[in-house]
Amino acid sequence: MLTRAYQHTLNSSTVLLGSPLLRVAEVSLRFGGVLALSEVSLTVHQGDIHAIIGPNGAGKSSLLNCISGIYRPQHGEVLLHTGAGSASTRLTDLPPHRIARLGVARSFQNIELFANLTVLENLMLGRHIHMRHGVLASMAWFGPARRQEIEHRGLVEEVIDLLGLQAYRHRHVGSLAYGIQKRVELGRALCLQPALLLLDEPMAGMNTEEKEDMARYVLDVHELAGVTVILIEHDMAVVMDVSDRVSVLDFGRLIADGTPEQVRADPDVIQAYLGDDA
Amino acid sequence: MSGQTTFPRLLLDHAARQPNAVALQEKRYGIWMPITWREYADRVRDVAHGFASLGVSRGDLVAVLGDNRPEWLIAELAAQSIGAAVVGIYPTSIGAELRHILHQGSVAVVVAEDQEQVDKLIKLLQKDQAAGAATAGEPLSVHTVVYYDPHGLEKYAEDYLLDFAELEERGRSWGTGWPGWYEDQVQRGAAEDLAVVCTTSGTTSLPKLAELSHANLLAMAGHLTQIDPIGQGYRYVSFLPLAWIGEQMLAVACGLANGLTLSFPEDSATQRSDLREIGPDVMFSPPRIWESMLTEVQVRIDEAGRLKRGLFRWGYDIGEKAAARRVHGRSLGGLRLLLPLADLVALRPVRDQLGIARIRHCYTGGAPLGPDVFGFFHAIGVNLKQIYGQTEICGIAVVHRDGDISFHTVGVPLPGTEIQIADDGEILLRSGSVFRGYHRDAQATRAAVDGEGWLHTGDAGFLEDNGHLVVIDRAKDVLSAPDGTRYSSAFIENKLKFSPYVEEAVALPAGATMTALITLDPTTTGAWAESARLAYTTYQDLATKAEVRELIAEEVHRANEDLPETIRVQRFVLLHKQFDPDDDEITRTRKVRRGVIGQRYGDIITALARGDADVSVRTNVTYQDGSTVERVVRLDIVDLAHHARRADQRRRPVWSGRL
Repeated sequence: MLTRAYQHTLNSSTVLLGSPLLRVAEVSLRFGGVLALSEVSLTVHQGDIHAIIGPNGAGKSSLLNCISGIYRPQHGEVLLHTGAGSASTRLTDLPPHRIARLGVARSFQNIELFANLTVLENLMLGRHIHMRHGVLASMAWFGPARRQEIEHRGLVEEVIDLLGLQAYRHRHVGSLAYGIQKRVELGRALCLQPALLLLDEPMAGMNTEEKEDMARYVLDVHELAGVTVILIEHDMAVVMDVSDRVSVLDFGRLIADGTPEQVRADPDVIQAYLGDDA
Repeated sequence: MSGQTTFPRLLLDHAARQPNAVALQEKRYGIWMPITWREYADRVRDVAHGFASLGVSRGDLVAVLGDNRPEWLIAELAAQSIGAAVVGIYPTSIGAELRHILHQGSVAVVVAEDQEQVDKLIKLLQKDQAAGAATAGEPLSVHTVVYYDPHGLEKYAEDYLLDFAELEERGRSWGTGWPGWYEDQVQRGAAEDLAVVCTTSGTTSLPKLAELSHANLLAMAGHLTQIDPIGQGYRYVSFLPLAWIGEQMLAVACGLANGLTLSFPEDSATQRSDLREIGPDVMFSPPRIWESMLTEVQVRIDEAGRLKRGLFRWGYDIGEKAAARRVHGRSLGGLRLLLPLADLVALRPVRDQLGIARIRHCYTGGAPLGPDVFGFFHAIGVNLKQIYGQTEICGIAVVHRDGDISFHTVGVPLPGTEIQIADDGEILLRSGSVFRGYHRDAQATRAAVDGEGWLHTGDAGFLEDNGHLVVIDRAKDVLSAPDGTRYSSAFIENKLKFSPYVEEAVALPAGATMTALITLDPTTTGAWAESARLAYTTYQDLATKAEVRELIAEEVHRANEDLPETIRVQRFVLLHKQFDPDDDEITRTRKVRRGVIGQRYGDIITALARGDADVSVRTNVTYQDGSTVERVVRLDIVDLAHHARRADQRRRPVWSGRL
């Protein structure tokens, strides 16, 4: 059948839709005397866009770093459900690269791409954890190694199509506009075939038009690829628009957790985050 | 070319004669994916069977709503195979326009591209259902919507949606029960059958549906290739809407008659680089494409160093001199020695960058192209020719011939085409390509074609002594200067639009003074603002900057130098927004609708005529989702009497935005 449907699934999680995918349980993180996170507990469900909001320094990025293994919390645990049953893995015991292999992909607040490589090369790098052949075999580009690269390129091309990056395929990332670079970073995270996608302020520093574009791509990733997303974002309008669930942090404490409507009506949130007149 | 064949029969011929040659190729996932004539014919057969299984029968119309993809043509040929016809809808159409076409054509099956198009149709059908029998008009008769890009549509519950791949599957199994049926249907097709319905970009907002038969289109293709032969396997890049007659004319009619290989770009953003990869042999584009190519050259040359600039200046001068001889069929004389060198170092590289290094025949049409732009392409060695025609005569009736090109004319009639100028100056045309009539609108048809078969074009023009036709403008837009000479506002507008910073211009006479509405080209003006260290946010912000007004005033001064004294622009306003087809201000083929402009910007036009210092306007902006919002903006009116020209009076070369 000649179909235009994508041949690769980008979502690698087998957890049932609506079941818990990630459980953050009583996580506390301390830097010397500063309590960055204090007994934070929340659950992310399969198939949601879950936003984490809060004022500057509320601990949003710290929480993301605890999930992706860059920080290790002093107390509490982070559990990733990996199958349809009750199987789960304690992420807090694992180094970052092992967590990435479990399918937790992320983008960074500051762009962390290879500026001197092309968009395609950066995206292919996102496939490296799935590459099964060694350096020598890949350099010879012969037989299985070659087939493998073609296979990976097929998936990368679908990501390029999904994110509308066709025009930039062979451009060096360093020469691209900021908004496009952000999109490439999202693409690289997708190339991992994530079970869970962590996006740290994907729309920071963008103008309204770029934000709208980016919001659309995040929604596309969520709807077309079916990937569960944890999103840190400052722009309230965007958060309220795209999220299924919102958690609010303030001074390292979780002060609210619920649907956008519930959170918007929560007096604590209005007090702490939106200001008194919101 | 005999007038007795049809498109589906031509397709079967190609499939039998050159089954493994490439008929269509589409760039997907970064790779050109070919479809051979054999595969093309097979897919058309499957979809034809699929249509039959959906109840499409002889005489019906199938609508196609989408960008240029192989599926567009497969659906078109499939419909024609079983005696139905196709009506192309511009993918940017919305609301009332879309409904009008579906309703007027009594369309039952729509082939739509993707989620975006399907959403529009669902919205329309839901609205129809909600209104029910309460409305006076007939409800839409759409019962199936076929889509070929399934992304995002997996979870849609509407039972009238059908995947294109499923339609092909369905057709294949339906076909097994009816062996020989398809061949029989194709044989039953007559040349006089309706093949394509093209919507005309009327100056009124609702389009008319022009019926073109196989015979009409093939007669045109035959006549055109008689003067400019097209060989089998010539490359053609299909990136302009297939709903447009120009694309039907070359991609479909000439394509099937001569076996063109069509290439479909990957994405609208990659059109230019894909064009360059293919290097087409034949090309037909409206002026805006040629203008944007020139703008690209201007921007890039202005970024180049002195050496490259100097080299190009030298090469271009030689190219220009050679072109001046070539277009009149004269020999190159002494230039014969220099031209190859100039071509090698300066001209060919530019052609190559634009993706038109291999071009054999290329045309502009749909609207007048400024003589300066025309001259530029001839100077760099591209044999660009003007086409004049209308949807009602398959898009082309008059064209330039090799070695006989004047930049201000549209050439001489095609073989088999008669021309006559009516007493009131209207251009009348007659040929085998004159359309069958407007779909379900006999009254409009009678107004367009008289009893003797002459098509009344509604354009004013005259014939020069050498037989070349000069088109002034739409008859109702032709103006008279105070001294009595007839002229076209398009003439003034093209002079203004020649500036790389001006996107659209509308010239408006106010008594003895000439005024103009101007919109900016945001790319070039934006780049200029950046280099002038001028911060701006939106288009509106840019257009209301005093520095930008100065810049454009200078450009208008320049344009005035080339205009007769009586019709020089004296006052202008930079509009706060670009013209947008969603606001009905320009047609989908980007022709300005003067009526709508006159209505919407009435306040500005009156203020311009009075010579006020500024004007405040309220505008309604229609968004893509159909919602509207009102805004108030203050615009300054620029009077050129108060803007002395800068001291340097040197003429700027065509290919540069700088002196």
